[in-house]
Amino acid sequence: MMPTRPEPGLQIDGFTLGEKLHTGGFATIWEVSHPLHRLPMVMKVPTILDGYDGPTIVGFEVEQMIMPRLTGPHVPRVIGEGGFELMPYIVTERIAGVSLLALFQTAPRPLSEVLEVFARMATAVHALHRQHVIHLDLKPANFMQRPTGEMVCVDFGLSRHDHLPDLLAEEFIIPMGTFPYIAPEQYLRQRNDLRSDLFALGAMIYELSTGRKPFGEPERLKAVRRRLWRDPVPPRALRPEIPEWLQEIILRALEVDPAQRYQTAAQLNFDLSNPLQVRLTERGHKQKADGALTVFRRWRKMRRFSGFSAPASMSAQMDRAPILMVAVDLSPAMEALSERLRLSVKRMLLIQPDARVACVNIIRTSRLMIDESTDDQGNNLHVARLVGLKHWAAELDLPEDRLTCAVLEGSDPGAVLVDHATANKVDHILMGARGHSNTRRYLGSVSSHVVAQAACSVTVIRLGTGDTRTQTEELPPAQQPVAPMATP
Amino acid sequence: MRIAILTDIHANLEALGAVLADATACSVGRFAILGDIVGYGPDPAPCVDRVADLVSKGAICVKGNHDEAAVDGPDASFTADARAAIVWAAKQLTAAEKQFLAQLPLRQSDEDMLFVHASAHTSADWIYVTSAHKAMPSFRVCTERLIFCGHVHIPALIHRDLAGRVRQIDFPIGKPIPLLQSRRWLAVVGSVGQPRDGSPLASYAILDRATNELTFRRVPYDTAATVQKLRSAELPETLALRLIRGR
Repeated sequence: MMPTRPEPGLQIDGFTLGEKLHTGGFATIWEVSHPLHRLPMVMKVPTILDGYDGPTIVGFEVEQMIMPRLTGPHVPRVIGEGGFELMPYIVTERIAGVSLLALFQTAPRPLSEVLEVFARMATAVHALHRQHVIHLDLKPANFMQRPTGEMVCVDFGLSRHDHLPDLLAEEFIIPMGTFPYIAPEQYLRQRNDLRSDLFALGAMIYELSTGRKPFGEPERLKAVRRRLWRDPVPPRALRPEIPEWLQEIILRALEVDPAQRYQTAAQLNFDLSNPLQVRLTERGHKQKADGALTVFRRWRKMRRFSGFSAPASMSAQMDRAPILMVAVDLSPAMEALSERLRLSVKRMLLIQPDARVACVNIIRTSRLMIDESTDDQGNNLHVARLVGLKHWAAELDLPEDRLTCAVLEGSDPGAVLVDHATANKVDHILMGARGHSNTRRYLGSVSSHVVAQAACSVTVIRLGTGDTRTQTEELPPAQQPVAPMATP
Repeated sequence: MRIAILTDIHANLEALGAVLADATACSVGRFAILGDIVGYGPDPAPCVDRVADLVSKGAICVKGNHDEAAVDGPDASFTADARAAIVWAAKQLTAAEKQFLAQLPLRQSDEDMLFVHASAHTSADWIYVTSAHKAMPSFRVCTERLIFCGHVHIPALIHRDLAGRVRQIDFPIGKPIPLLQSRRWLAVVGSVGQPRDGSPLASYAILDRATNELTFRRVPYDTAATVQKLRSAELPETLALRLIRGR
C-alpha cells in the first residue's frame, strides 16, 4: 500500500526530503526542497500502519480533497501532493513560527493578549467558513501564527467541505475530534454545523484566559457526553479580573445548543472587537457553576438526546446571519432619506432573521485644524450624535445584542466607512446618497467612494427628484442577490 | 481537457441541443456518449445524425439496449410503451443511421477511463447499476480507475476504496467533486433525454482531466416542444408525462 517510507535525502516527484521536523500521532512532517519552488516548504506524510489503516488513510484523503481548494492567508498554500501508489504526501508552504500550543501551555495570559489572539483566530475561522469548510478539529496545536500576525489553520483531516462528499461520515461510527474542545453536537456525530467550530473557539478562549480547560481533559469518550448537561465554571470565578462582557462572550460561545451560540465567527469577532457593545445577560453575571438540581434536570432532559437541528447548508447559515452596516446621516435636511434607509434595513431583516446591524454615524474632522469637540452650547458632539443614532435605530426594534451604534471620526468619511466595514467583516453596507449635482459627479460622493472601495455588497438608497424612488447599486463579491427594494 | 459525458439521449433533440450548448459554454473539448441515442423520444433520426457528427470529430460512443433494439427489434425486457416507441423509431431511421447504431461497440476504454452503457460486467445483459452492491461486479471485471455508465436515468456516484469496500455517496449537483486518485470511481450519469430522478432538467456530467474533478450538471430545455412532438407522433402519453414530471 505504501512501498516507500520517508527518510532524509529521499527524492520524490522532484522534492528532496530534508530533516524530520515533527512526529505526530498520524503523520510526520519533513522539510523539503524543490528546484522549481524557492519558498520554504514542508511535506506531511501520513504514518500508515501495516494492513489497512482506515482512519489515517481517509483523513489524509480528506485533506487532499479540501486543502487545494482553500486560498488566502489563513491556510497553508499547497504546492504538491502524491498518491498512495508510491508514498502519499502533501507539500505546503512552511509557516514560520510554532503552533499556539506553546502559548496555551503558559495560560492564563494577560487579557489584552487573549483578546488579540482570539480576534485573529476568529478571523481565520471565518475565512475558512466563507470557503465552505468546517474545520471540526480546532485546537491550539492546529493554529500557527505568521510573522505578519495572521493565524493559519492547519490539519484538515477531520474537516467537512459543504460542497464535497463527506468521506468521514460514512467511514466511522464514533465521533471524531479532540476531546477538550469538541462541541456537543460533534459528540452526537453531527458534522454539518459551522457553529461547532465556534464552540471550540469558546473552549480555547476559556483556557487561555483562565488557565483551565472548561471541561477538563476527558480521556474517554463517555466523559465527553457530560458537557451536554454539565456547565463549565464561569471564567470570572477562576479569574475575577475577567470583565463580565468577556465572560458573556466565552459562555455564549460555549452554549450547548448551537442556536444559542454566536451564529458566525464574524459575529463572535464583532463582539471581541466592540466589547462596550456586548449586551450582558445571566451568562455575564454568573458567579458559579449551576447547582446539582439544575444539572440533574438538564441531565434528565439530555441523557437520551440524539441531535440538534443543523442549518440546511453553510451558505444558508452564513446568509441568515450577516453583519449589516448602516451609515446614517443625521442632519435635519436628510430626514426623509434616513427614514427611507431605515425602511430598507427593516426589509432586509425580514429575509435575514439573524442579521446583526451596526449603525454608524460619521463626524467629519478637518485635516489641518484642531476640531472643537463641543458645540456652541457646550454639548459634547460625540455624545449628541450617539444619542441621535440610537434614537434613529430604536425603531428597528432589534434586541440589544443584535444592534450596535457607533460614532466614527475622520476627514474622509468614505475611507472611514470602508475601513470600519473591513475591520468588522461586514457583509453588506447600506447607506443613503444625497441628491444629484455636478459637483458630486466630478468630485465624487461618499457613497460612490464606498461602492468603489468596499469589498462587500453595497446598497445605496437615494430619494429621487420630487418622488420617493429608491435606487440600489450592487457590487461583487455579493454572496447573494439582495431582494429588490420595492417602491412603496 | 474537459470531457462531457452524455447518456440516454432517447431521441430528445431539444434536450440534446441544450446539453451540447451548455457543454460548449463550459469549454468542453471532447464528448463521450454512453448509448441509448434513440427510443422513447420523437426525434430519433436527428439525434443519431448529431451523435454521428460528434463521433466523426473524435467523440467516444457506445451502444445501448435501445440502439440495439432499433436495429434488431426489441427483446422481451421492453415494456409496452418502450416497445411502441422503438418500433416507431425503427421506421424513422435510414439504413445509414441503422448501420451507425449497429456498428457501435458495447464498451470503449481510454487511458484510465471505461465507458459502457450499463454494468461493465456482461455488458450485453444490460444490468442496471442501482446500488453499491450492483456496482461491485463492474469494478471486478475491469482495471480502469474510472467507470462511466448510464442506463438507470438517475445520477449516482459510487467509489471503491483501498480496502476494496464499495460505497455510494451523496454529492451536490453543479459542484466539482474530486475523484481521489486513491480510489476507483463509478459514475452513473443521469439521462439527457428522459430524467427519472424527479427533476425534468436534462442531466449530464463533465470530467475535468486536468483537475481530476467530476461535475454533474442539470440543464433546462424546452420540454413543452418535445412533449408537443411526442403527441403529434401519437406516441404513448405516459412518455410525455414522464418528461414533464421527470420520473
